[in-house]
Amino acid sequence: MEPGQIPYLPRGVRLHRDRVRDAWVLLAPERAVSLDMVGHAVLSEIDGIRSFGEITAALAARYDASPAQIASDASGFLRALRDRRFLEVHP
Amino acid sequence: MTADPATVRPPIAMLAELTHRCPLSCPYCSNPLELARQENELDTEAWVDVFRQAADLGVLQLHLSGGEPASRRDLEPLITAAREAGLYTNLITSGIGLTARRLHALDEAGLDHIQLSLQGTTAEMADRIGGYRGGFDRKMKVAEWIGEIGFPLTLNAVLHRQNLHQLPRAIEMAVEMGARRIEVATVQFHGWALRNRDAMMPTREQAREADAIVAEARARLKGVLVIDYVPADYHSNYPKRCMGGWGSTGLVVAPDGQVMPCHAAASIPHLVFDNVRDTTLAQTWYHGGAFEAYRGTGWMQEPCASCERKRVDFGGCRCQAMAIVGDPDATDPVCIKSPHRAALTRQADAHAAAEADLVYRAMPHRQVTEPAD
Ligand code: SF4
Ligand code: SF4
Repeated sequence: MEPGQIPYLPRGVRLHRDRVRDAWVLLAPERAVSLDMVGHAVLSEIDGIRSFGEITAALAARYDASPAQIASDASGFLRALRDRRFLEVHP
Repeated sequence: MTADPATVRPPIAMLAELTHRCPLSCPYCSNPLELARQENELDTEAWVDVFRQAADLGVLQLHLSGGEPASRRDLEPLITAAREAGLYTNLITSGIGLTARRLHALDEAGLDHIQLSLQGTTAEMADRIGGYRGGFDRKMKVAEWIGEIGFPLTLNAVLHRQNLHQLPRAIEMAVEMGARRIEVATVQFHGWALRNRDAMMPTREQAREADAIVAEARARLKGVLVIDYVPADYHSNYPKRCMGGWGSTGLVVAPDGQVMPCHAAASIPHLVFDNVRDTTLAQTWYHGGAFEAYRGTGWMQEPCASCERKRVDFGGCRCQAMAIVGDPDATDPVCIKSPHRAALTRQADAHAAAEADLVYRAMPHRQVTEPAD
């Protein structure tokens, strides 16, 4: 994902706190994707307003890492979500 | 064998068959031959309680199905209740029985996703297969309303020998409707479909062609349309992992409250099912006899017992073993390691070459119809 792109969760895809398994999941059509810490951190920043660059910068500050590191840690996960249309971007 | 409850994980998905009533009568309907009558259906309150129990048990995804779930007049309050319980709600529908007004009400209720079935890509085909004149035009109208409201949509194309040539058009239609996903499902021969193998069994060539069409479309439509594909079973080398593994991921609640590990499980005579009217869902999931019967790998015979794939496909489908081999404990006869595989291949080719009229699914209150002579 490019730093200038604005990611958003399309309708029908939402974060959910799974109280039985004590974990975060992404609920989407026919799927429940369990989230690790990075996945959950990135998805909970996605608001359809801020760009991917702004999000990685915010997370970098919080976790004391470089934005490039955050972006690369999350890239495979985000690509998989986009391939399944669980995540979309405004150009 | 009894499963060790400590190793049994909570279910993720529940299929709620709200009713067996349906205006259509598809010859491959997955409902059992013995259809539940309306007066035996769980009422609103009972379903709401089941949804809460399911959420407490760990279910995340609720699939509302039937029959035709829109035949239930309390569909809107049921969806409200399911959302309140914290479940992701998916409506599996033919579209018949939905109006623009009703769809808006479902939107208000919080419905998350709609899966619309497709019996064919032309009115002529779809109405003949569904046994319901005007059904196709109505469905196209419903698809438009779904798009206007903005519900996420999956188109569910059910394919067999008579309509497999329409697969490319079905994929195109999904894109035109703005669906994010299409399920290309070759008919699975259970329930009513078992009686229609002569009329519906795809040929091997058709199965290969469908594989190629799907592969091409997947590459071309990447990021536009997700294609989930259920290939023709009798023409595969290994069986499908049914329901993600018996009693491991999902459960089915029938209209009358019976709780089953899969929607076809009623075809296995020795299984006894708990009912939500007198047993909690948790008790049934962790200790119910029907769930323990084929959970894990302890029940397996050879060749499954010593097979390296036994945790991949869990020996395939128990209902298929029952239907074809007459033994629910046998290896799924689709498997190339099954001693019955050669016979199945001959059967499949014979069915594919045969000609027969369609045997339509009956209505819950009527006698089963056999074809005239
Ligand atoms: S398969 Fe056809 S007849 Fe069976 S429930 Fe679905 S739409 Fe109705
Ligand atoms: S032998 Fe049994 S476990 Fe092995 S692949 Fe066949 S069905 Fe699956």
